[in-house]
Order: sequence, then C-alpha cells, then structure tokens
Amino acid sequence: MSILEIKDLYVSYGAIRALHGISFHVEEGEIVTLIGANGAGKSTTLRTISGLLRPDRGEILYDGEEITRLGGDAIVRRRLIQVPEGRRIFAPLTVLENLEMGAFTRDDKREVQASMEWVFELFPRLKERLEQAGGTLSGGEQQMLAVARALMAKPRVLLMDEPSMGLAPILVEEIFEVIEEINEQGVTILLVEQNAQMALSVAHRGYVLETGSIQLEGLSAELARNPQVREAYLGGG
Amino acid sequence: MGKSARELARAARVDIALDRRDGVVLNRLAQGLFALLGLGVMYVLAQAFAESPAIFVQQMLNGLQLGFIYALIALGYTMIYGIVKLINFAHGDVFMVGAFTSFYVISGLDLHRWPAWLWAGLPEGVVILIGTITVILLSMVVSAFLAMAMERFAYRPLRNKPRIAALITAIGVSFFLEYFGALPFVYSNNYITYTRPFEVTVYTAGSISPWAIGGAWGLFLLSLAGYLLLKWRSRQGDLRAQSWIRHPLLQLGLLLGGFFSVVLTLAGVQIETGGEIWDLSASNVTLVIMGSSIILQVILQYVVNRTKLGKAMRAAAYDKDAARLMGINVDRVIAATFALGGGLAGAGGVLYATAFKQVHHLMGIIPGLKAFVAAVVGGIGSIPGALVGSLIMGQTEVLAAGFISTPMRDAIAFSLLIVVLLVWPQGIFGEPPGEKV
Ligand SMILES: Nc1ncnc2c1ncn2[C@@H]1O[C@H](COP(=O)(O)OP(=O)(O)OP(=O)(O)O)[C@@H](O)[C@H]1O
Ligand SMILES: [Mg+2]
Repeated sequence: MSILEIKDLYVSYGAIRALHGISFHVEEGEIVTLIGANGAGKSTTLRTISGLLRPDRGEILYDGEEITRLGGDAIVRRRLIQVPEGRRIFAPLTVLENLEMGAFTRDDKREVQASMEWVFELFPRLKERLEQAGGTLSGGEQQMLAVARALMAKPRVLLMDEPSMGLAPILVEEIFEVIEEINEQGVTILLVEQNAQMALSVAHRGYVLETGSIQLEGLSAELARNPQVREAYLGGG
Repeated sequence: MGKSARELARAARVDIALDRRDGVVLNRLAQGLFALLGLGVMYVLAQAFAESPAIFVQQMLNGLQLGFIYALIALGYTMIYGIVKLINFAHGDVFMVGAFTSFYVISGLDLHRWPAWLWAGLPEGVVILIGTITVILLSMVVSAFLAMAMERFAYRPLRNKPRIAALITAIGVSFFLEYFGALPFVYSNNYITYTRPFEVTVYTAGSISPWAIGGAWGLFLLSLAGYLLLKWRSRQGDLRAQSWIRHPLLQLGLLLGGFFSVVLTLAGVQIETGGEIWDLSASNVTLVIMGSSIILQVILQYVVNRTKLGKAMRAAAYDKDAARLMGINVDRVIAATFALGGGLAGAGGVLYATAFKQVHHLMGIIPGLKAFVAAVVGGIGSIPGALVGSLIMGQTEVLAAGFISTPMRDAIAFSLLIVVLLVWPQGIFGEPPGEKV
C-alpha cells in the first residue's frame, strides 16, 4: 500500500481549473519528484494535499485513509507536513518561535526537544540565531529554517515546494544533501522542483506535470534520459 | 498619428505631475496649519502650567484614569486588526455590554458582596476586593463570549470576501447592539445610575500611609534596578538575562511601581513650590483603574509573547496559510483573539461605569472611537502602542477640556490623530508598510 496516493484529482480556483484529474502515488521511504514549468499546477497539488484547497473531485489517500476532506490541522497531526513555496517563515517571530510553531501539534515536550536537537545537527547555523527574528535571516538561512520548522513536526511524509528556489548554487547543493539525509533517516519525500536536474538526481521516481495533467512518469534515470524531458526541463538535447 | 499619441501621453504626464505638485502644496499647507494649531495648543498649555502647575498636574492625574480605560479598549482594536485586518467598529459596544453586565449583577444580584453571603464575619475590605474582582471577571467572560459570537456569525462568513464587506458588517453589528440595548425590555434608552461595587474615597495629603508610598517606590526602584542589571548582563551576552528581562513580573513591577509611586506621592504628600501649595488628590477609583489595567496588560503581553496560543496568534497574524501548514487552527486562533479583546473591553466597561457612575446604551461609541484613535496613534497592531497611544489620548482629552475648551475636548482629541499621523504615518510604534508580502 502506498503511503500517499492521489486519485483522479480535479482542483479549480473559481472558474479556472488548475488540475485536470491527476493521479500518482508515493511509496514509503521514497523520494518522488514532481517537475513541471511555471503554472503547471505543482503548488496547487501540494496545497490540496495539505488541506488548504478543496478538490472538485478525486481522492487523497494517506496510509490507506482518505484525507481529502480533512482540515489542515488534522493533516498535520497525521504528520504529513509541507515546506511551502517561498519559505513562508514567520518573519516577526524569533527562530526559536518559528521552530516551536513547527511543533505546534505535538505535546510531548521531551520528544519535541529531541527533534530540536536533530534539527540543530542538520542546521548548526540556526542554533546560533535562536533569538533573532526570522525575517532578519539571509535567504539561505530562511530556507534552512523553513525545512527545520517542518522537521519539528516529525514528518512521516514531507512535501517540499521548490526548496532550491532563489538559492545560490552552493546552497542548492547543500539543501539537496539535506533532503537526501532526511530521507535516509526514514522520511518519505514528495519534492516539487523546477530545477529538474537536481531533483532527478536525488529522487527515485518522478512525474512530469504539464498544465494540470501528468504527462510522463518513471524512474528518475529514465526521465533524465527521456528526450522530451531533456528538451523541456534539462536545457536542450 | 504616432506623434500626436506621444504628445497626448506627454500632456497626460504633465497633468499628473501638476496634480502631484498641487497635492504636495496642499499637504504642506495642511501640515503647516496643523503645526500652527499644535504650537497654539502648546502655548496655551504652557501658559496654564506656568499659572498653576498644581492644577495642571491634577488634571494629568485625572487623565490617567481615562487613558488606562482607553488602553483596555484599544488593545482589542489592535489585536483584532493585527490578525484579521478588520476595524471592529462594534468593539465599543462590547465595552458597553461589559458595563451593563456589571450593572445587572451588582444592582440585581448584589454579586459584588457575595463573599459576605458565605462568611458573615469577613472583613469589609476583603468582601469588596473579592466581590469587585468577581464582577469584573464575570463581565469579561460575558463580553468575551459576545465578541466571539460576533466573529463567528458576522465576520467569519465574510472572511474571504472583500474587506469592505466585513467593515460595513461591523458597523451594522455596532448599530444592532446599540439599539437592541435601547429596547425598553433590554436596557432602555435612558441614562441609568450605576451602583459602584465599592465606595469612592478621595486621597489627599496625609491620607495615604507612608508605607504605601514607600512600598510603591520600593517596588519601582527594585524593579528598575533589576531591569538595569539584566540589561547590563544581557549586553554581556548572558542569554538567561535576555529572557528574564521580558519576564512578566518585572514588567508588572516596573509599571505598577512606576505609576503608583508617582500618583501616590503626588496625592499623599504635600509639596510646596514657589509659594504654591500643591494640594493634589487621587481617588481610589483611579487607583483601581490603573492597577487593573496594568495587570491585564501585563497578562496580555505574557499571553501573546510567551504562550503557545499567543505565538500562534502572532504567526497567524503574519501568514495564515503558513500557520495552517503548522497545524494551527486559524479559525480558533481568531476566535480566541476576539475573546481576549472582548474580555479586556468588558473590563474597561466596568471600570468606566465605576468612574462615571452611569450606564447608557450608547456609552460605547465615544470611548470606542477614542480608543480606536489611540490604537492608531500608538501604531495599530502594536500592543505597547495601544497603551502609549491611550495614555496620550487621555492626557489630550483632559488637558483640552481643562485649559482650552470643554465643549471642544473631543474635537481636539480627535485632531490629535491627524497631527500624529502627519508626523508618524504608521503611528508611534507602527511598523513601516510593505514589510509583509
Ligand atoms: N490563488 C489563485 N487564484 C487563481 N488562480 C491561481 C491561484 N493560484 C494558482 N492559480 C493558477 O493555477 C495554475 C497552477 O498554479 P500553481 O501555483 O499550482 O503552479 P506551479 O506549478 O506551482 O507554478 P510555479 O512553478 O510558478 O510555482 C496557474 O495557472 C495559476 O495561474
Ligand atoms: Mg508553485
């Protein structure tokens, strides 16, 4: 049984339909990437999974349970967590408070503390900035904080929306290393990216989304060899 | 053809430029006028002060009472605006309902004396203390529920609609509460004499125990010393000191000690300067208002900065969708914000009725508007701003009434808004715009 399964999902913004019946699945322990151009519907997919948008039709199954109609907080409680596009950290809150918000639904103080230690191991730089307002961090640090904040929820499945956006190449490398490390520690990852090359290099499988429908799917290596993908997303033949 | 289009465009640009220049001139003119007005007011006040500093300071003491009441209302405006970007025009009416709740439980049930029902031999002071606190808390609870109901049934359905819809609804809710109260079987549209939960005592020179004055100074100096010490330690990089410096007990000591030491000294000690004997007074109503307002502020500050709910409130105020992704139930957080704001306004209503000894179904309008102005002056969205703006508002009002023109007091108080906004468009503690996406 897949840990996350999307079946024939239709989503609209008012009269404009953004997703035209997409289906895909993510198995436990995998990194799966969803690649596609601007406006393909990648963020819409993740926002719908997280309960911020209601689909017109279709089903979202998480660990065998239908979560399509659940509220955002119920989904977070099931440890299906999203790192949103554009970081969206809470600028007026301190770094520590941002991390605490990540653990909002968790009650066991000792376990939250353990997650905090884990996060500091992954991002030692955050530890030096705990009392600083989130908005004063550099762009790269903010992205680290956004990932760290999501990890504070102790995710089983992590949905990541363009984590490499706007980062210098060296930081892109760093963030993808972190993604692999998180995955090795047992977190399943659904990775949305425009940087198809990096995404396909860390993911096990991938889907190509175009204007609201899934056009291609396959193992990352296959996709990276596919002429269409190379043409459209990997910068030429 | 192409040329004439370009000419048209240039002409249009010139028009716009002219318009803008006119705007600048007008703005300068307005600023100049208000600056003149401000200088005039300053001059009159300075003269009044020179004539009799004692009377002037007495007015300022009276203004404190108003300022602290406005602060309780302003906090609700500011918190609610912070999280839903709505000016809740019905907030002043929540204040009114708080006042009426206390009126009914005092006049109808004698609730302010409930400890005496249980223990007949209890000392009067204890009965009144516990009774008054009970009345205030009960009115806060009723007002909190009212504010929550308002949010649930009037504002929440409009959450994702254009903001103007919610604004107009707020005005509607306000009228509803005001004129529902006017119905003969509700409050009626008369002024009703309010029974205070405690008797008024006026303290003048010699009537305050030196222990009380000394105690207030002790508290203030001790907190100040602690504050300075912690400040110094945190400069040295002591992280523990950095978190202690925001400790609610320290804030409480500073604020209570600071205000009480000054007020008690001025009222209780006879001062003589330049041949004038200062015979100032302060009533216990002022002290109660000051004390409860400060305590509630500090509690609020604690809730907002230190508790999980408060952090969720700040997170949701900044970015609702991101808050949802943390598993924060934003609807519930907004409801809690209305409850907190409503509760504070309710407490303000009880204190206001106690100070002025009457209640009326329209009593919330003017204090509500003034508190709104105070919140804007302080910087809407800022909690310390609400307190500072309110204290300024209280002072402006009594000084204007006392030394400039009593009938014009409200006009002058509201002009304050314009003057302050000319200087600080964001209010005193406001954040510059465009910081949030
Ligand atoms: N709030 C909205 N209201 C109306 N239309 C929207 C809204 N958000 C997205 N859309 C539309 O839905 C479609 C999919 O958008 P989505 O944000 O999911 O794309 P994306 O694949 O994440 O793109 P990007 O790579 O630029 O982030 C686009 O055509 C977009 O214009
Ligand atoms: Mg997107």
